[in-house]
Amino acid sequence: MKPAAVKYARAGDVQEAVALLSEHGTDAKVLAGGQSLVPLMNFRLASPSILIDINRVNELAYVREDNGSLLIGAMTRQRDVETSPVVAAAVPLLPQALHHVGHVTNRNRGTVGGSVAHADPASELPALVTGLAGELTVEGPKGQRTIAAEDFFVGTFTTAMEYDEVLTAVRLPRLPAGTGVAVEELARRHGDFAIVAVMAAVHLAPDGSVDLVRLAASGVDSVPLRLHSAEAVLAGAQPTADAIAAAAATVAASVNPTGDVHAPASYRRDMAQLLVKRAVGAAIERIGVSA
Amino acid sequence: MSDSQTVSVTINGHVYTADCDPRLTLADFIRHKCGLTGTHLGCEHGVCGACTIMVDGRTARACLMLAVQVDGSTITTVEGLASGNELNPLQEAFWDNHGLQCGFCTSGMLMCATELLEENPDPSAEEVREGISGNLCRCTGYDSIVKSVLAAAEKMRS
Repeated sequence: MKPAAVKYARAGDVQEAVALLSEHGTDAKVLAGGQSLVPLMNFRLASPSILIDINRVNELAYVREDNGSLLIGAMTRQRDVETSPVVAAAVPLLPQALHHVGHVTNRNRGTVGGSVAHADPASELPALVTGLAGELTVEGPKGQRTIAAEDFFVGTFTTAMEYDEVLTAVRLPRLPAGTGVAVEELARRHGDFAIVAVMAAVHLAPDGSVDLVRLAASGVDSVPLRLHSAEAVLAGAQPTADAIAAAAATVAASVNPTGDVHAPASYRRDMAQLLVKRAVGAAIERIGVSA
Repeated sequence: MSDSQTVSVTINGHVYTADCDPRLTLADFIRHKCGLTGTHLGCEHGVCGACTIMVDGRTARACLMLAVQVDGSTITTVEGLASGNELNPLQEAFWDNHGLQCGFCTSGMLMCATELLEENPDPSAEEVREGISGNLCRCTGYDSIVKSVLAAAEKMRS
């Protein structure tokens, strides 16, 4: 229950972090908020040769609106994002999702970029970034590149980043004013890892039809999923109970859960369908109600 | 880059300086290098909340940080809550309301409740329950802990 011996280097800026990663190779690990990595090290499930601490890379801690989207620096603490009025106005789904991430004490340290880069398929932020068609900016020795969320997550705890790249920013499209949002999560206790979570954002046209719908699920595949089929059923339709049920009915074919000690695959599939129904319903109920 | 690093940190107003291996957790640093054993260590993987302290004004789990990370930081542990032998209102409320049985979880509970009451001086019972939801009490004295925090909030508001 103590970490194995490890070296430690503190990066002062992104370039320094990239240089350290290039120098130390695949056994190096970036230390952000440490809320996932340090438990793994304490259990010795992870034993990197060196930690590259980016906690003092202040240039990566910010939240700002940028050309119709919300831009979040990778080292921004989850608690700061959760309580930011800028975030609440631009992407109200995000504070709601963060409310389910561990507890306040975890979110004080945990970072947005750390959670995304950790790529746990059960966790909320990767699912949210995927569902909202976010983009991830990473920086490596060859410079910056931007990766769409659906290309970024390639497997359990695995991303499209190279070993010598650092995640620097998360970009989320701003949701139109009046978008209803909801997070429905099944967990053993509040703050535990989700067994299944579904997030929904719904906006209605003046005639009451759905003109924007975004649906994401975690815990139902080796990567977080955007539920395209369910979105397609609802897009342009009147959001009646039948339409919502028809959308939810597509979910079983979209997800690919595996069973574990917490729940068998069939249960996760059923719950994903149920939670889509609930999340869409709740999002519509909250339309026009500020988060 | 040498393996061992010098860490200098202010804890409860005192400066502590020690050489640390990078793998030394902040919790072990506080207990073993600084002798401040009020911070308890239960699960050592960020689940039980017993080792909760304040780092630069916000709660953190000391088992999920490394001592080398806090060089130059300001830390408050449970020993920093009382003034000498005088308990602060939160500690007093725990005393008055049977907010502890064995006392193992108490330091973590106190640190989380301190942050909660700083942010929300008038919490509902539900908000208190959420505020301490990351802290396990194996005596299952949660009702008394919630009662203690609510009593402290009332006293601190008046």
